[in-house]
Amino acid sequence: MQEKPQSAIIVEGLTKSFANVRAVDRLSFEVHTGEIFGLVGPDGAGKTTTLRMLAGIMPADEGTARVADVDVVHDPENAKRQLSYMPQRFGLYEDLTVNENIRFYADLFGVSRTEREDRSALLLQAAGMREFRLRLAGKLSGGMKQKLSLVCALIHRPKIILLDEPTTGVDPISRRDFWRILYELVSQGVTILASTAYLDEAERCHRVALLHQGRLFFCDTPKNLKARLGKSVLSITSSEPRRLRAELENVVGISSLVLTGDGLHVVVENGVSRIPEFEARLKGASIPFDTIQQVTPTIEDLFVHAVGSGAPSHA
Amino acid sequence: MWARLKQMLIKEFIQVFRDKRTRFMLFGPPIIQMLMFGYAATFEIYHVPTVVLDLDHSQESRELISRFSSGRYFDVQRQLTDYRQVGDLIEQGKTTIGLEIHAGFAQNLRKGQTAPLQVIVDATNSNTALIASAYITQIALGFARDYQMDRIDRIMPQVLKQVPSIQLEQRPWYNPDLRSRWFFVPGIIGSLTLVLVVTLTAFAVVREREIGTLEQIMVTPIRPFEFILGKTLPFFLIGLLDVSLIATVGTFWFEVPFRGHILVLFAGAVLFLLSMQGVGLLISTVSSTQQQAMVTGFFFIMPAVTFSGFAFPISTMPPWLQYLTYLNPLRYFLVVLRGTYLKGIGMEILWPQMLAMAALGTGLLMIAVLRFHKALD
Repeated sequence: MQEKPQSAIIVEGLTKSFANVRAVDRLSFEVHTGEIFGLVGPDGAGKTTTLRMLAGIMPADEGTARVADVDVVHDPENAKRQLSYMPQRFGLYEDLTVNENIRFYADLFGVSRTEREDRSALLLQAAGMREFRLRLAGKLSGGMKQKLSLVCALIHRPKIILLDEPTTGVDPISRRDFWRILYELVSQGVTILASTAYLDEAERCHRVALLHQGRLFFCDTPKNLKARLGKSVLSITSSEPRRLRAELENVVGISSLVLTGDGLHVVVENGVSRIPEFEARLKGASIPFDTIQQVTPTIEDLFVHAVGSGAPSHA
Repeated sequence: MWARLKQMLIKEFIQVFRDKRTRFMLFGPPIIQMLMFGYAATFEIYHVPTVVLDLDHSQESRELISRFSSGRYFDVQRQLTDYRQVGDLIEQGKTTIGLEIHAGFAQNLRKGQTAPLQVIVDATNSNTALIASAYITQIALGFARDYQMDRIDRIMPQVLKQVPSIQLEQRPWYNPDLRSRWFFVPGIIGSLTLVLVVTLTAFAVVREREIGTLEQIMVTPIRPFEFILGKTLPFFLIGLLDVSLIATVGTFWFEVPFRGHILVLFAGAVLFLLSMQGVGLLISTVSSTQQQAMVTGFFFIMPAVTFSGFAFPISTMPPWLQYLTYLNPLRYFLVVLRGTYLKGIGMEILWPQMLAMAALGTGLLMIAVLRFHKALD
C-alpha cells in the first residue's frame, strides 16, 4: 500500500469576514510536505487574507488551520517558529543595509552568529547578491528587494514558507533566481505555499488551488487544470471589443468570451482551425480588428470559464 | 527576550542616527524653537504705538504728553490735528492708542476743576489693551497727583505735610522684577517636550505600519511588548536628552534661575515622558499613516497645551474645564518645572504632581499596549 503523502498545511473550513464581505469563505485544502503549492486567483480572491491567517498574524473567524502540526488558530506563536511569511509589499527596512536587515531578522529568530553567517553567505550567493551586502535596502532594484525579503525569510531555516505574490514587479532574471532558490529549498524538503495572479507562475507549482471570491474552485496540478479547460483561447485585438463580443455571443462552440484591455479572449474548441471563419464573420459585419491568434489561457480565461460553468468543486 | 529587545534597540538607533536629516531633526528644532519662543513668549508690553491729538496746546498738555513719550511703554508716533484721524489710524491697525486732549484742559486744571483726558484703545487684543490702560492710568494719576501737590504747595504749603497717602512696598517672591519670561521659559520647556515626544513616538510606530515592516516583524517570534519597548525606549532617551538641552538654553541663555534640585526636575521629566509616550503609542494605534498620526496628534497637542496653565491660568477656567485639566500630564509637569526653577521646591511639596504623572503615565501606557495588540489584527 502506498503511503499517503504527509501534509504540511491542513486548512479546514477557514472563514474570515471584513465588515460584510466574506474575504475567505469555508476554505479547505491540504499542502503536502515538500511541494510547491500555488494559491491562484485575481485580486480580491482572498489569497492574502488566507496567507495572513496561516502566518498567525490574523485571527480566523471560523475553521481550523494546522501548519507543521501546530494549530495556528489557537497557538499562533508556536506556529511562527516553524514558518516564514513574506508579504507582498517589501517589508524590510530601506534605511538599513542588506547585512543589517539579515542580521536583524536572524536575531529576532534567535539564529546564532555562526549559523547566520554561513546561511546568509549561502543565500546571498544563490540570490546573486553577494556584492550588495553593504548597500542600503532602499537602494536595491525591485527584484533585488524581493530576493532580500526571501533571504531574510529563509534565514531561520523554516520548514514552511508562505509567499504572497513573491514575483510581482520583479524583472525576469531575478524571477529566475527566485524560482531556482525555491526549487532548491523544495529539494531539501521545505514546503512552499505561494500566491500568484499569473498563470505562467502557477505552472511552476506542483499543485494549484483556484480561488474566487474567497472560495476554492479547483485544486489540482496545472496540467490537469488546463485539461479541464479542454479548449483553446483565441485573442482578437480590436478597437471595438464590445461590438465584437455582441457579434460572437451566440456562435456555436464558443464557451466563453472575456474582455481584455485591447480586445477579446475567445474560449473555443479547436481554436486555430476556426480562425478563418471568425475573420470572415467579422469582415462581413464590418467590425474592425487587427489580429486573431491562439494564446495560452490566462488565469482570467480559466476563471470566467469555471465560474460560468458551474458551482465550485471541493476536489 | 533581552536578545530580541537588544536587536530592536540596535536597529532603531542605526535608523535614527544614520540619516543626517533625522539626526538634526531630533535636536536642532527643539533648541531653535526654545531660543525663538523664549524671546517671543512674554506678556510684557513695551513701545505700544500711540498717537496724540492735542487741541489744548498748553504747557500742561505738553507735559502730560511728554510723560507718555519719555517712558518705554509708549511710542508717541504722531501729533494729529483732526480727531477723525485717530479713528482711521486705529482702524487701519497703524496705532493702538489715541490720546485726545481737548481744548480747555489746562484751563480746567488751573481753575481747580476736573479735566478730561480721552483715551481710545484698540482692544482687539484685550490683554494688551488691559495692560496698556493700566499704564495709562498710572501715568495720568501720577500727573494729576503731582499737579495737585504742586497746587497745594503753592496755596497752603503747611497743609502739604498733612496730606495722607499710602506707600506700597511690594515684595514679589520668586520673581522680584516680575519678568514674564521667567514664567514662560519653564512652560516652553514642558510644551516643547510634549510636542517632540508625542510626535516622535507616534511616527516611529506608525511608520513601521505604513511601510509594511510591522507585518514582517509580527511573523517573527517577537512579542508585541518587546516591539513596543524597542520602539519607545530610544525616544525616551532622546526625549530626556532634549529636555536637558532645552533646559540648558533656558537656564544659561535666558538666565532663568534654577533654584531647585536637578534630580527633582529629571524625576518629573521621566514621569512626564512616560505619559507622553503612552499618548504617542495610543495615537499610533488609531492611525495607519503618518499623515493620520499628524492630524490625530494635532487634536491632542493643542488642547493639552491650552489646558495646562502654560499661558492661561487654570484657576480662571470654568469648573468643569478645571476638572478636565487634572487628566492633563502637562499640567503637573509645569508645576514641577516652575517649582524647581523659580521656587526651588523639592519632592516634599511636588510629590502629588509626581504621583499624578506616574498614575496617568501607567494608565496611558497600559491602554496603549492593550490597544496595540488589537490594532495588529
